[in-house]
Amino acid sequence: MIYSFLEHLGNYFIFLRRVFSRPEKWSEFFKKMIDEMYAMGVGSLIIVMIVSTAMGSVITLQTSLQVESSWIPSWTIGFTVRTSVIMELCPTIISLLLVGNLGSRITAEIGSMRVTEQIDALEVMGINPASYLVLPKILASFIVNPALILISIFFALFGGYLTVLATGYISVYDYVDGLTSFFRMYDVWYALTKTVIFGFIITSVAAFYGYKIEGGALELGKANTQGVVVASFFVLILNLLITNIMLN
Amino acid sequence: MIVVENVKKSFGTKEVLHNINITFEKGKVNLVIGRSGSGKTVLMKCLIGLLSPTSGAIYYDNKDFHHMSFGDQKKLRMDMGVVFQGSALFDSLTIEENVMFPLNMLTNQSQQEKLDRVNHCLQRVDLINTNQLYPSELSGGMKKRAAIARAIAINPKYLFCDEPNSGLDPKTSLIIDELITGITHEYNMTTVVNTHDLNSVITIGETIAFIKDGTLEWHGTKDQVLVSDNESLNDFIYAQPITQMIRPHVK
Repeated sequence: MIYSFLEHLGNYFIFLRRVFSRPEKWSEFFKKMIDEMYAMGVGSLIIVMIVSTAMGSVITLQTSLQVESSWIPSWTIGFTVRTSVIMELCPTIISLLLVGNLGSRITAEIGSMRVTEQIDALEVMGINPASYLVLPKILASFIVNPALILISIFFALFGGYLTVLATGYISVYDYVDGLTSFFRMYDVWYALTKTVIFGFIITSVAAFYGYKIEGGALELGKANTQGVVVASFFVLILNLLITNIMLN
Repeated sequence: MIVVENVKKSFGTKEVLHNINITFEKGKVNLVIGRSGSGKTVLMKCLIGLLSPTSGAIYYDNKDFHHMSFGDQKKLRMDMGVVFQGSALFDSLTIEENVMFPLNMLTNQSQQEKLDRVNHCLQRVDLINTNQLYPSELSGGMKKRAAIARAIAINPKYLFCDEPNSGLDPKTSLIIDELITGITHEYNMTTVVNTHDLNSVITIGETIAFIKDGTLEWHGTKDQVLVSDNESLNDFIYAQPITQMIRPHVK
């Protein structure tokens, strides 16, 4: 098992070496990167908005129900919601959501190109398929993922606002006061740093599993599942490491 | 001209090509025939550089492909056009974008020049008014023709076709065969076609190499293929009832 893990890891780094090579033509590369940014952003925006709003609502509700003591000021609810949403929930939960949404799309796209010999066609034209297909996705994720997480944070806090408005457990004033209390910009940078690293993991791991497929539709399905599991695992492990490094 | 010299290819301990020696001549349609699993596709993949031979050499006009620098290999690849068995057109691109793809990536031509070349190639393969269609909107035969158009877009010196007739009806197969022959003679290319389609064998095979179990079993022309004394070749050629019926007349 350890041998298999190391073999996979070695192949992954060899793959990354091919990915990070100079594009054949910059004009085509930027065109492809813009297309990828559009596909990634538009393809994930609605689900991110829905999940974030629901998540923000539930967190606000749960926190309100927990904090009923008169010794704890009401603004604590807004403060707790903001901190948990910015620092953990949005970057991690939404990234895990993107592993399933974005990652499986990438594995399926590249895997089906492998199965139908489209990657071979690129190779025989003298084009580096790893760089041509994967590098624009990785670089696009560096821009799109942080943007999605910022949108996600906004909608999660907005979801909390709607809950406060609808339930009346605390006043809207106290909620907003809590959101703005003890605000640290570093928390946002921490969230965005995590997001960029998670974006790299999601796109590169998903692409790797699609790229190395040998066989047909059955292997494509297996690769998709493996890609999602491995990317999720690395997102969680890196979450722990980054938190330890950046917040300790 | 392509010269294959003592090529062996192994996967692990299993050798699938045993000491192959063939010359594919310029301006001719050179067929490689054999049963499924005989090693045709492995040989084709070695020829186009998707696999490296375990030993031996492949010379493109006296240049050893597998022992040249990466840059030289890349330059040589620009002289190769490949038609894959499943066409391998890019799903997300229209037919026009597919044919224009190698021009976009490998040349610095203006948009108008590229468009003219694309239209010329599509016209040559008789695919007019398909520019804005996607591969999924085309029939199998049309996809093959679009793949041929893409393969010839950069004016290659060498054309490789892996089972261009597989999955096509006999009439469409004839059209594809005529197209490959016509293009080969028109552009004076070295064309290598992997096939087990007997129509192709007896109509377009200007040179024919028969591979059995990874060994070159027989080499000749379309005029010799039906009257050969080679038992393995005859087993392959006269395997179908229809060819068995014509065998007495051929003799």
